[in-house]
Amino acid sequence: MFGEIVKGLYTTLKHLFQPPVTVQYPEIKRPVRNRFKGRHELKRYENGLEKCIGCALCAAACPADAIFVEASENSDEKRFSPGERYASTYEINMMRCIFCGYCEDACPTQAIVLEKSYELSFYDRASAIYTKEMLIVDVPVNGRSTPQVVEPGIFNRAIPEMEDPK
Amino acid sequence: MSDDLVTLSVDGVEVSVPKGTLVVDAAKKIGNDIPVFCYHPKLEPVGMCRMCLVEIGLPMRDRATGEPLLNEDGTPQINFGRGLQTGCTVQVSPGMVVRTKTDPVEQARADVIEFLLTSHPLDCPICDKGGECPLQNLTMRHGRGNSRMVFADKLHMEKHVPLGDLIFLDRERCIQCARCVRFQDEVAGDPVIGFHNRGRHLEIATLSEPGFDSYWSGNTTDICPVGALTTADFRFGARPWELTPVATLSPHCPSGSNMTVSTRREAKAGGRSVIKRVMPRQHEAVNEIWISDKDRFVHHFAESADRLTQPLVRKNGKLVAASWTEALDVVAGKLQQAGTAVAGVSGDRLSNEDLFLFQELFRKGLKSNNLDLANGRLAGGDIVAQVGISSGSNLKDLGKGDVVVVVASDLHEEVPVWWLRLKQAAERGAAIVTLNVRGTRLDKYAKHALRYVPGEAVATLRQLVNQSKVETDGQSDDPIAAAAATVGSAGNLVAFYGAEGLTYDETESVAKLLANLLLLKNGDGHAGKKNNGLIPVWPHNNTQGAWDMGIHPSFAPGYKALPEAGLDAHAMYEGAASGTVKALYVLGADPIGDGLMDGRGKLDFLVVQEMFLTATAAAADVVLPAQSWVEREGTFTNAERRVQRYYPAITPVGDSRADWQILAQVGERVGLGKPALAASLVFRDVVKAVKQYKGMDYRSLAKYEKQWPDVGGDDLYYGGNAYENRSGLGQQWVAAAESGKVGMFEVAETAVKSSPGLKLVRTAALYTPGTLISHSAALLGPRMAQPTLSLSTADARKVGVADGNRVEVTANGMTMTATARVGDAPDGVALISGVAYVPGTAVVQIRKLQEEKVA
Ligand code: SF4
Ligand code: SF4
Ligand code: SF4
Ligand code: FES
Repeated sequence: MFGEIVKGLYTTLKHLFQPPVTVQYPEIKRPVRNRFKGRHELKRYENGLEKCIGCALCAAACPADAIFVEASENSDEKRFSPGERYASTYEINMMRCIFCGYCEDACPTQAIVLEKSYELSFYDRASAIYTKEMLIVDVPVNGRSTPQVVEPGIFNRAIPEMEDPK
Repeated sequence: MSDDLVTLSVDGVEVSVPKGTLVVDAAKKIGNDIPVFCYHPKLEPVGMCRMCLVEIGLPMRDRATGEPLLNEDGTPQINFGRGLQTGCTVQVSPGMVVRTKTDPVEQARADVIEFLLTSHPLDCPICDKGGECPLQNLTMRHGRGNSRMVFADKLHMEKHVPLGDLIFLDRERCIQCARCVRFQDEVAGDPVIGFHNRGRHLEIATLSEPGFDSYWSGNTTDICPVGALTTADFRFGARPWELTPVATLSPHCPSGSNMTVSTRREAKAGGRSVIKRVMPRQHEAVNEIWISDKDRFVHHFAESADRLTQPLVRKNGKLVAASWTEALDVVAGKLQQAGTAVAGVSGDRLSNEDLFLFQELFRKGLKSNNLDLANGRLAGGDIVAQVGISSGSNLKDLGKGDVVVVVASDLHEEVPVWWLRLKQAAERGAAIVTLNVRGTRLDKYAKHALRYVPGEAVATLRQLVNQSKVETDGQSDDPIAAAAATVGSAGNLVAFYGAEGLTYDETESVAKLLANLLLLKNGDGHAGKKNNGLIPVWPHNNTQGAWDMGIHPSFAPGYKALPEAGLDAHAMYEGAASGTVKALYVLGADPIGDGLMDGRGKLDFLVVQEMFLTATAAAADVVLPAQSWVEREGTFTNAERRVQRYYPAITPVGDSRADWQILAQVGERVGLGKPALAASLVFRDVVKAVKQYKGMDYRSLAKYEKQWPDVGGDDLYYGGNAYENRSGLGQQWVAAAESGKVGMFEVAETAVKSSPGLKLVRTAALYTPGTLISHSAALLGPRMAQPTLSLSTADARKVGVADGNRVEVTANGMTMTATARVGDAPDGVALISGVAYVPGTAVVQIRKLQEEKVA
């Protein structure tokens, strides 16, 4: 029994002289892992068009009923995304979200991606609802913002690249 | 077992079905869903898609003796032939053995799916059908899960093809089943879409101008087994699984069409639940699985930005917002002050509960019988109570040997669902007899299309009725005698009557004459028998209910005659002008806007209960904001006297209240006691007061049973996307003739005075501007009926008008402008459509307007 006590104290003593593992958040922020699932982002193609086509499959997949999508129709004069349909409203209630990533799995265009940001705090419930404007990423350097006026007949596929069977 | 039943076995389960049944239907009866695409139970089979391939075997017989060949164990030997057969085109035969789960069948299904998908766009994420798509569902169930097709070889076609303003086509998604084309041709009788090109390039094209010109176009989107056809209303509106279906009824026409509104809460609407689409709900005795485009697309008025949201009270000459308490106090006080000089008119779109409480307020609260419909066009509710179509009847049962008489009505424009069902009846062999002032669309299906001279409708109908008593051989050159012979030999007899070109009194005579026609037949009449009786073509969805509830100067609820009749609507309007009527309550009607009342006249007090600030509301002292039909519950009674329920679907607009609630609260203030708390409780009082409604309550009205064909379940591929009815089939009340003897009606001889001159007859058009349609018009905009005056060539020459001229039309003191059409009117009659109601046949003055040259 005495031996055990010495062993325990030895562990304590050893750690006393090792550098601490805690970080001084928020002064210091630890990098997150590759597969970390943080706050969602709505992605864009390189030309600036939104990847989201407003199909609401994310909302259907979401176990927490956190996502709400309303779709509208695209035209070549006012194009948000390829194909006929785009999300005119896209909201995620971060208070409901359990960061399971099902929405990302359900998305046919890889438009919604759980990214690395985890700093989510709000003063009231309403501000926990992230709107499309808050979720969508900035326009890439060579792209244009949406809605775009585009040449007719080019962006008529909602899911631009389908893969052949392998 | 009857001779007409055939017994076969499907996957080892025995089933007996009538002779002539198709294999897919027989299997369906026992819950074996053979997948189909092109077959639809309401359409003729064509066998185009091959999805329904199954193994069909027949018992073998000895060639010499004709005896069935038996196996060693005594079971019949079955010959399955060499290939699979299409279950949708093969009729059952005795001893037939069908196998639907074998390997060859599964293989065939997978092959057909793979073939259909060779050029299918895989649009499911953005496709409006995704989630309720037969192709999607059957691919999941029977498809291989992978494809041997190279994507680059897919045929790309146009994805955005408007087939008119209401329906859009995606050519890539079409699987060429022709359901839409066949529906328009076989069911709707409007073959306005068709196939164009051949093979892989086959595509749907519209053949009409304007595109897809049919009152039924929306139904093609329900039965299209893919997302190729979508409506302008629902395109990209929501995913089907997000919608909440709520059962409702048509707010427009007296057929009582069953519908489902699909709602969803929306961020754009501030979190309110809104209507995303209107779909048919199956009721085989009412509208089967079809609804007209008016029912489908004219619902936006409920969510219109023009809706009244709070009570308004006139102060210093201006209508200003007020609290409910204030407004109700003013109304109750002023109505009581008016003493006996109080009167009430109501519209006929409101529910039975609303109308009943309106009647209670006047008869019990204000002790007045001055109660009427604001715009009664058609008389005869009391006659319908005697000889109305018998309960349990179904227009679908009419066929060979049966006769339908239609008087003074253009059903295609007034109640399209009846037009559709009568067309079907005619195709089954029923004889249709029409009697109108001019040709209508139904004439095409009629055995006898009779005409009367304006003003002589009653005399002509009397001739028909009298002659049908006479036994003849049916051979006659006189059209009336020939028609009378047909009517006289009718198996079942159903008579419709409307008000086209008739005065109110004339409609009453017409109703009585038709009642006599139903009663006579050598003392053993048609009246009271199933599939026989009278159907009034009421102008609105609940005119029948208004009659039942006693919205009439001389009937209390349940057609109890009153000892002392009150003023009718016209007397009230005159009284308002002259000052004998002091206070007027207008419930859901717009007599000023309809030209029935010339401003508020000398009224001391005018209260209007409405959804919109109509012309009458703008002239009122108090305006009470009422809810639309989708915000509250209630019951409507259709013209076949079927009482049906509808349910609340969307969030109420502003501070509006249900009509019955408002009336109960006014009633409380005039001393009628505590207001009712629920529509179902009001209905309980209705049932107590209206003896015909005995035995009904909200629960019994919500009863339903499985209907055939089976639609809307898991197998959307069979019947389409119409909703299954799980919210109630309603109950029909029993006409007097069904339970006892009804005497003949006296119809006074009316002297026919033929005055010289051109007579004006107002004809109906489905999309005639009115309060509801005008507040929902965006979609139908280009299709709205414009004022049009039709003249015969001779008459047009006489008045100096050419086709396309703008004309000014004056009759009955009313003046309207219209565009002239020459050629499609009988001589001596000027037909006007697209305008508010004009009763009777008035002599008309026509003046050509100077064309304004458009630069
Ligand atoms: S991560 Fe999971 S819970 Fe959060 S929005 Fe996506 S699906 Fe819903
Ligand atoms: S029609 Fe059906 S299978 Fe085709 S894209 Fe639409 S949902 Fe998918
Ligand atoms: S549009 Fe629809 S209903 Fe018409 S043929 Fe194509 S798939 Fe069939
Ligand atoms: S061939 Fe039978 S359903 Fe199409």
